[in-house]
Amino acid sequence: MRELMGIINLEHERDVLSELTYYRCGAAVPFAGRYRLIDFVMSNMMHAGIEDIALFVRRKYRSLMDHLGEGRPWDMHRKRGGLFILPPDWNDETDVSAGELRHIYNNLDFFERGAAKFIVHSGSQHISTVDLNEVYEYHLEQGADVTLVYTRVNAPREEHRSCARLEVDEDGMVTDIHYEHKHDAVYMEMFVMEKSRFLEMADHCIAHGGNNFFRDAIMQNRHKLNIAGYEYLGYHAVINSLESYYRTSMNLLNPKAYNSLFRKQAVHTKIKYEVPAKYLNSADVSNALVANGCQIDGEVKNSILFRGVQVKRGASIHNSIIMQKCVIGENVRLENVILDKDVIISRDHKLQGDFRKPFVIAKDISI
Amino acid sequence: MKKKEVVAMLLAGGQGKRLKGLTKTLAKPAVYFGGTYRIIDFPLSNCSHSGIDTVGVLTQYEPLVLHSYIGVGSDWDMDRLNGGVFVLPPHEREDGTTWYRGTADAIFRNLKFIDQYDPEHVLILSGDHIYKMDYDRMLAYHKEKDADCTISVIEVSLDEAKRFGMVNTDENYRIFEFEEKPAQPKSTTASMGVYLFRWKLLRSYLLQNADLPDTSHDFGNDILPRMLADGKTLYAYPFEGYWKDVGTIESLWEANMDLLSEHPKLDLNDPLWRIYTRNPNQPAEYISPNGIVRNSMINEGCTVCGEVEHSVLFYGVEVGEGSVITDSVIMPKVRIGSHVRIHRAIVTEDMVIQDHARISPPPEDPSQIVLVSGHDEDVLKLLQSSSSHNNQG
Repeated sequence: MRELMGIINLEHERDVLSELTYYRCGAAVPFAGRYRLIDFVMSNMMHAGIEDIALFVRRKYRSLMDHLGEGRPWDMHRKRGGLFILPPDWNDETDVSAGELRHIYNNLDFFERGAAKFIVHSGSQHISTVDLNEVYEYHLEQGADVTLVYTRVNAPREEHRSCARLEVDEDGMVTDIHYEHKHDAVYMEMFVMEKSRFLEMADHCIAHGGNNFFRDAIMQNRHKLNIAGYEYLGYHAVINSLESYYRTSMNLLNPKAYNSLFRKQAVHTKIKYEVPAKYLNSADVSNALVANGCQIDGEVKNSILFRGVQVKRGASIHNSIIMQKCVIGENVRLENVILDKDVIISRDHKLQGDFRKPFVIAKDISI
Repeated sequence: MKKKEVVAMLLAGGQGKRLKGLTKTLAKPAVYFGGTYRIIDFPLSNCSHSGIDTVGVLTQYEPLVLHSYIGVGSDWDMDRLNGGVFVLPPHEREDGTTWYRGTADAIFRNLKFIDQYDPEHVLILSGDHIYKMDYDRMLAYHKEKDADCTISVIEVSLDEAKRFGMVNTDENYRIFEFEEKPAQPKSTTASMGVYLFRWKLLRSYLLQNADLPDTSHDFGNDILPRMLADGKTLYAYPFEGYWKDVGTIESLWEANMDLLSEHPKLDLNDPLWRIYTRNPNQPAEYISPNGIVRNSMINEGCTVCGEVEHSVLFYGVEVGEGSVITDSVIMPKVRIGSHVRIHRAIVTEDMVIQDHARISPPPEDPSQIVLVSGHDEDVLKLLQSSSSHNNQG
């Protein structure tokens, strides 16, 4: 839909997934056996028919660029528009903008060129299947200056601490924005507004020394602006810590969560041409997610295997996440561990983490 | 158009009658294999890895699935500025001809397509076979022998020899005789249906053959024997490795089962020779707490709550609680209810198998392979009777 343009802003996403974000930004962290975290927002934008996406990156974005390419898996390789990765190549000496507003200031021409009248602004840490068209329609219906997307969280956890909360009245309008942890309406770092309004407010913000659009333009003016709140009801998770990453991943072994995330609409990702997973004679797999290219001859329980993992005979893997192309040798025992890509554990080793705090091994390490 | 050394022509118009319900609405090259592939992925991937970037795909029988499957060929890295993959269905011509009359005729009707690239050699491939082969090495051999035609050959059993085109060669692999499906085979060297021709020469034979009234317009029956009779140099290129003609339900089933051994002869997991295919984009498969999977291949998008032993599951298959699948091939998006028993069967795409259904070969012929397809009324009856039987029980 040419009316809507996507902005995926990774500026605020600190690389907090310990070993998993040593070499990559959070948006590029592998998730659920074959995806990267950014796939979910990319797919949501794709399903809404969005054909222009601006992606603001700041740090460690090489693997993200490799993953996204020209955006083909999300149908974003368009003649007009498509996916634009906008790295921080800023050379204007008169530039007084700060923080994420620098992205907007330095890419003004990009925004002005696009045909879209509205923008949908999102991060990559909130995993959902939100229908952005519905949010857009709602925004128009409400006649709001800006529409914020939120979801209700029964028991807010540690990962919700940094999320803003919305007070929404019965007409669906936001009356207040704060960070009171026990409040259940969690802002999903996603908003829709008119592009011209967005640029105008960004400009004003820059002129007054602001550096964060949500805080300095929206939250600070919450009593002056007409802010609508769109309540999203589907699958939701926030991944902004290792603990939330591990728990959210493990929760996908629950068919209810798996179906609500994957069966509502297809989640698209970079295509690999792996052969279907092979289960050999000693394979003993239960309650597990397994991606293609795996060769399993050992025990795998309550675990997630990414593409191309080899599990040798006699090995056992419990409550663990094993990323692409790891090799788990004979008689290895793994419990509560996360192995990043290309880790090789040679035979007879035993690694154990805590259920609340998994033991993480960074990419490319051999033990 | 830029000149190409080799243009490949892939014959994909065959029905594969012996595959019965599997090819009711699609051509044989589009038949599923190996948990995620279609047969045509093999020659297309081979071309891609062999550096052949210009491929004409000749379609005729039920081409809809094939045409949309191949698309612009990006999955096989064939969406090229110069060359690429081209689907070439038969078309009406000024002289009133329409359908391809035979394999040679299909190439003859596309002379203009090949001429555009002014190639030195033309590689003729079949969309019916499962194998991995470096055509570039065959080309080097073809040039080294300075051959007019090189035919890729494989050793088969004497029994199998009756089903193939057989070649008889001297000790230098020069071919002196060619027999199509002989009743009494003289050798066990079978043609794989992979031919490399000097284009100028083949072109003249095709032109000549097109005007002959009593001919089947076929490479094996007409063109090759004619070349041989004219004293042209034909060489056999011995191929070693896995090659399978999946012409029947039994051979298709067998080829799938071949993949389940610990070290299968056909290695689909070779990072340097990936078999490219359309990716259905499914989430990682889920094996439930009660699921049991052994000696099997399972594709993404499957949900297994029952037991799967020695079987191949394509993407998006659901296996309900208490169901047991053994020695079977379950094609994409089949939904299998709970407490179902499936043994030695091929279940085709999108079938729904009701709870408590029993599918296995008849007791009088336990070695049979049961084909469960939406086009097979006998099977539908069988399924209905087994579920009604269970309702009564």
